[in-house]
Amino acid sequence: MIKTDTIIIGAGPVGLFAVHQLGIKGLEAVVIDNLDRAGGQCIELYPDKPIYDIPAVPVCTGEELTKNLQEQIKPFGTEFFYNERVEEVKQDKDNWIVKTNNNNEFIAPNIIIAGGVGSFEPRKLSINDTERYEGKSLFYSVKNKDELKNKKISIFGGGDSALDWTLELSKFSKITLIHRRNEFRGTPHTLSEIKKLENEGKISIKTPCQLMSIEGDKKIESISIKFENGKIEKIKTDTILSFFGLIMKLGPIAEWGLNMNKKTIEVNSENFETNKKGIFAVGDICSYPGKLKLILSGFHEVALASVECFKRARPNEKYRFEFTTSSKSIQNRLGKK
Amino acid sequence: MPKVTYIDNSKNSKTIDIENGLTVMEGAIQNDIPGIDADCGGSMACATCHVYVEEKWLDKLPKAEDAEVDMIDMAYEPKKNSRLSCQIIVSEDLDGLIVTTPEKQS
Repeated sequence: MIKTDTIIIGAGPVGLFAVHQLGIKGLEAVVIDNLDRAGGQCIELYPDKPIYDIPAVPVCTGEELTKNLQEQIKPFGTEFFYNERVEEVKQDKDNWIVKTNNNNEFIAPNIIIAGGVGSFEPRKLSINDTERYEGKSLFYSVKNKDELKNKKISIFGGGDSALDWTLELSKFSKITLIHRRNEFRGTPHTLSEIKKLENEGKISIKTPCQLMSIEGDKKIESISIKFENGKIEKIKTDTILSFFGLIMKLGPIAEWGLNMNKKTIEVNSENFETNKKGIFAVGDICSYPGKLKLILSGFHEVALASVECFKRARPNEKYRFEFTTSSKSIQNRLGKK
Repeated sequence: MPKVTYIDNSKNSKTIDIENGLTVMEGAIQNDIPGIDADCGGSMACATCHVYVEEKWLDKLPKAEDAEVDMIDMAYEPKKNSRLSCQIIVSEDLDGLIVTTPEKQS
């Protein structure tokens, strides 16, 4: 069991800044995130889109914001646990014990939930009863492309993932690319490569159409797609790749006994504590009168929450408010002389 | 105030008054209309406020920008009349607008 001062759930911008606000107060933290990297929505949903409302940063992308925050918290050497989802939260006197789906256990007096809208999961195919193929012949991401050699693959989607995997897998498998409209979204280079392969007869593109059914009992044998004009076509397929992006699911958070308001956690706006002492919620996942789902609001929330975290983690010490510009102890913690 | 009617997948309909300037998504969220999740809060990043706009109203809406159409690609069962309700801003011109929510949002 790993002991720390604060367990942060979520490595999005607000979770990252929580590390900073705790760190300058001399508190340790661990960060747990379901994804394989930091950044949360900033990285998964809009890495290249400009953000214009970070104070004193006229413009930056989601990716830049994440990188800068990671740089800012480097001095604290915080440990990150990626690809892990928090499954269970239970009380142990004044502490909280957190267990992940990877069987890691943590204990701390504080938990900061900076979970956005929940954990990201791939968006599943819209037709029913596809679970039985999942991980065997239906995939929402490619983990090992060697397993996809010499196959008849139908790829669904119109964005970068669908296009890139069409190009890559067409080298050794028969690819049918299926999209609901005629336009694809990709770099000009990728789009021209796709066009070229189609003209050479190396891949087959079906638009505008959508999946109607999958045939095959244990294994996928074929799929039927329906065109906009009503025409139906059957395509021999043994593997389906589906790239419809990610969706956010609240997941186990709803079962931790916290007061919820729809998909958000109710907090007070003095220290962003939930109805459970020592569990805080910040960023998009929290709600209080006047709440705005802005990154800058999350930064404010975590600054205030970190003060209460200090009081709980160091009950015998007095909290002293300090500025980074003048505090020697903060500067020491930041590694500045 | 303009009226907007939301019809769910089982044909239950609810008509509400929405202030000018709010989006059809915000109108739904503030009035507890089921069937619109709006996970990303209106930043055109999730496609969980997806609605079907009744044909006769389609032409009255400003054309969807590329980013919205790309996002609709991700939505549950998109159709020709699919829009993201966070991108439809309510005005007097849209008084009487009718939208249908899909069977589910994800």
